[in-house]
Amino acid sequence: MLGFTFRATILTKCVFRPREDEIEDKNLSKTQLKMTALNEAHRALGGRMIDFGGWDMPVQYPAGTIEEHMAVRTAAGIFDVSHMGEIEIEGPQALELVQHVTSNDASKLADGQIQYTGLTTPEGTFVDDILVHRFSADHYFLCVNASNTDKDFEWIRGHSAGYDTRLENVSSKYSQLAIQGPRAIEIVQTLTDVDLNSINYYWFTRGIVDQAPAIIARTGYTGEDGCEIYFDPAESERIWNRLLEAGKPHGLQPCGLAARNTLRLEAKMALYGNDIDETTTVLEADLGWICKLGKGDFIGRDALAAQKERGLTRKLVGFEVIDKGIARDHNPIYINGEQCGMVTSGSPGPYLKKNIGLAYLPIDQTAVGTRFEIDVRGRRLAAQVVPTPFYKRAK
Amino acid sequence: MSAYPDDLQYTKDHEWIRVEGETGTIGITSFAQEQLGDVVHVQLPRTGEKFSAHDTFGEVESVKTFSELFLPVSGEVVEVNEALEDAPELVNNSPYGDGWMVKVKLSDKGEIDSLLSSSEYEDFVESQKVE
Repeated sequence: MLGFTFRATILTKCVFRPREDEIEDKNLSKTQLKMTALNEAHRALGGRMIDFGGWDMPVQYPAGTIEEHMAVRTAAGIFDVSHMGEIEIEGPQALELVQHVTSNDASKLADGQIQYTGLTTPEGTFVDDILVHRFSADHYFLCVNASNTDKDFEWIRGHSAGYDTRLENVSSKYSQLAIQGPRAIEIVQTLTDVDLNSINYYWFTRGIVDQAPAIIARTGYTGEDGCEIYFDPAESERIWNRLLEAGKPHGLQPCGLAARNTLRLEAKMALYGNDIDETTTVLEADLGWICKLGKGDFIGRDALAAQKERGLTRKLVGFEVIDKGIARDHNPIYINGEQCGMVTSGSPGPYLKKNIGLAYLPIDQTAVGTRFEIDVRGRRLAAQVVPTPFYKRAK
Repeated sequence: MSAYPDDLQYTKDHEWIRVEGETGTIGITSFAQEQLGDVVHVQLPRTGEKFSAHDTFGEVESVKTFSELFLPVSGEVVEVNEALEDAPELVNNSPYGDGWMVKVKLSDKGEIDSLLSSSEYEDFVESQKVE
């Protein structure tokens, strides 16, 4: 162990031994990290802050990642996800533009409904994976990955010529909190008159939360019930503290990015930059359900239709490590002695108490039960393809 | 009064060693376990393996990261803490007690002199906190 670096992200390893690129990067990133309105609150709670894609965010609080993870599975957790970006598309042809740039069929949305979808390249790969909220037939609200916000906005703007719409990057106008877990809804309910139980999964409503106008969405990135609320950043600290207080008797735990990552992995939700990016198609990512080839033309449709016709050569699968040891992001995968892929996300699953991960494997090696080897820093660990999601909550 | 036990010697790699006669017991510091977070796996050598000072003798893994373990001094492993196999969290809960990792028979007791005292280690840790 040598020389701690305090800025290892949840995706980069080696807390102790800084690599040269990290040291160099440190000088750059130290210049100006972006902060959410809750930065002080995280520090006051003892959150350990890291540079997450240019944002100064808590990776964990003193309780630790496992306790935070378990709180979400058994009680509730609260996450500051204000770094996420928001983009609004409004105008007579808003739907047409959304349809043009995304792979799912937004025409199926009703007012107040939400859809997970791909923002796709002409190759059918991901510019980003996003949530589309329909305010009304001519007004949509997109929640996008923090580090992709500017790229997404420019991408959509670049493809908006000829569509009668107005685009706005409204990211700085919103804080976003995710309250997740079996007790999440009853906790948030104490701060609002909106009947949260009447909001179905992947629907939202606009209402008042602790005196602040908010968007309350029944969504999340943990595999649990719960909601994500968007509101004016000026209200952040009060709402955060009120929720922590209201949640105390229910076992609510503030949770950092490390727990967010292990929770989403157990639920097999893709992480942009790891499991999906501009080199992986929607179909390869096993997200065929957000690829609606029949909805009409969209960017990437032809490539995806051709790929479907041809058949896939590789696919994202979930695996479990059989040997003792933990597979990590970027570990190479071997089948019959030949390298044929790498781990895109690998971690212990704290609730499942298994070491799990995701990887793209050759299509003939993707059946459940298929065995392969993972090179973990020189040690070859046996692993096998398992059914996903790894974790599914009881309804 | 140092934040770290006075009866141990330390390395800049955040290991500690407790020397009793010809034997040294080795683990990682409270600072190290805190930085790692919840420890979920410890990879240790077999008894009888011989190492030089600063050699990698194992690995410690937390939920989100891992780190190599470096031996503070030269020696032969005479015992490993097998309890860590089923209870790696001992490294977090008791870094200087039940969370010890290996015991080695020292090849050169003189090497101990080059290690840090508790107050020297504390100064080093403070100097590393660049936040």
